[in-house]
Amino acid sequence: MKVDQLSIFLENRAGRLAEVTRLLSESGVNIRALSLADTSDFGILRLIVSDFEAARDKLKENGFTVGRTSVVAVEVDDQPGGLNNILHLLQDADINVEYMYAFVQQSGNSAVLIFRFDRTDEGIEVLQKNNIKIIEGATLYKL
Amino acid sequence: MIYDEQNETMPREELEALQLKRLQALCERVYANVPFYRKKFDEKGIKPSDIRSLNDLKRLPFTQKQDLRDQYPFGLFAVSRDQIVRIHSSSGTTGKATVVGYTRRDIQTWGQLMARSFMAAGATSRDMIHNAYGYGLFTGGLGVHYGAEALGAAVVPVSGGGTRRQVMLLKDFGPEVICCTPSYALFLAETAEEAGIDPQQLPLRVGIFGAEPWTEEMRRDIEKRLGIKALDIYGLSEIMGPGVAIECEAAQDGLHIQEDHFLAEVINPETGEPLPPGEPGELVFTTLTKEGIPLIRYRTRDLTILNTTPCKCGRTTARMHRIMGRSDDMLIIRGVNVFPSQIESILLETDGLSPHYQLIVNRIGNLDTLEVQVEINEGVFSDEIKNLQRLETKVMKNIKEFLGVTAKVKLVEPKGIERSVGKAKRIIDKRNEQ
Repeated sequence: MKVDQLSIFLENRAGRLAEVTRLLSESGVNIRALSLADTSDFGILRLIVSDFEAARDKLKENGFTVGRTSVVAVEVDDQPGGLNNILHLLQDADINVEYMYAFVQQSGNSAVLIFRFDRTDEGIEVLQKNNIKIIEGATLYKL
Repeated sequence: MIYDEQNETMPREELEALQLKRLQALCERVYANVPFYRKKFDEKGIKPSDIRSLNDLKRLPFTQKQDLRDQYPFGLFAVSRDQIVRIHSSSGTTGKATVVGYTRRDIQTWGQLMARSFMAAGATSRDMIHNAYGYGLFTGGLGVHYGAEALGAAVVPVSGGGTRRQVMLLKDFGPEVICCTPSYALFLAETAEEAGIDPQQLPLRVGIFGAEPWTEEMRRDIEKRLGIKALDIYGLSEIMGPGVAIECEAAQDGLHIQEDHFLAEVINPETGEPLPPGEPGELVFTTLTKEGIPLIRYRTRDLTILNTTPCKCGRTTARMHRIMGRSDDMLIIRGVNVFPSQIESILLETDGLSPHYQLIVNRIGNLDTLEVQVEINEGVFSDEIKNLQRLETKVMKNIKEFLGVTAKVKLVEPKGIERSVGKAKRIIDKRNEQ
């Protein structure tokens, strides 16, 4: 039920992000979802990609520091209240969202939310119990 | 004005004869009383009686800072403990302290030399001296204090810190002379301005500044803002403390070395060969009169040029150029000695951070800043910002705790720090670029 997310350390200077996208493009890796968290000195780029291993190997070869993080992808109807409902379920179960990001699917009917929980397995359990639709990694990479 | 006319204006020939006599006595003393030196002399096959001219000085062994550390705490002392009346020590926060001890006569000599320094700077017994050097194990505060007393001036032992209060004292007491680090002088000027006090209106006439490297530009800035004459003083605890050399007010052109007490050489730091006056190299001192911890050919690591031409102030002593740099990689950050290797061990002890790092030193406003850039690796990387920031804070805290300096810690990408072929370039010092 988990999705592999690629996390990349980036110094906060011109051209570093472009260097990542160039390397991915060279290896024919497609980006499904992305989020960039930053401070004044550095950023962490979080990516869901079509081919995790290929992307990681290419970036490592080129000296980037990368990590693998297990995140959870959830599909909700693209309408008001979709995210709110899920956050309340998590709150009731005392599960903390470390960070999240979202994108709208091409069809436009649903949104995909990517969550990083402090307790991933318990988070998944809560979502399943409440019949929230979780997207498998394999499905997401191919979307 | 000259405090000790006889010793400060002695014809060079006479001075050199005195130096030789004292050097010979020194060699006898250390050979007899300090096993460390006896061993060093024996290894070189030298007996004290072999020293027949000042030219023989170059046959004597060097003493390094590491020797003082290896002999920690009292191994280089040449007198028994009961003759020692004062102990000073350099920053020993990482166990690398150097300890020095003074006999009663050493303290007297030190006071006399500081009194000479004051008078060279134009201070007299009628002046009041605001002493903002730290009192304690550091030699600055007490060295200046005893000198001011020997001179017969009034000393205000304010020590470091409490800047607003210092400004108030400068205004209320009206001292004519101030002693502190050059960067603190500028900080005082700023603080005064903020408090609505024009520092140029203070009765201050002269400042004696040392304990950190500074530039001609900084001197002009201090002189303009405080409306004083700013003079450079040099000293190091291993040799004595402040007052080993000082600029004279009359010429402000190089620091007069108290040559009747300290024999100065400039050597090529690579080969150890002595260099003639006028050539830049590493400053080396032999303490001619010290009793507590006499040192033979102590390598200061400070780079300078010796000038033996007569000075218009009338003193015949050799002058040294303001310190132009270091022959090792020691940094002085706000008066604290920092070696890159100390930072390195802190990084390695902190959760296995990479040993690739670089120190960026700058002067922002009047304050030295230190930035430690360290490469991240997969072992410490996290996808969460807060974890990485926690790591930066932890390193910062450790540096503060072990070295006593505040540093900004910045994580950079692997290979973000330039690799050099030979010796790693650990330091980028931007302080001299201004």
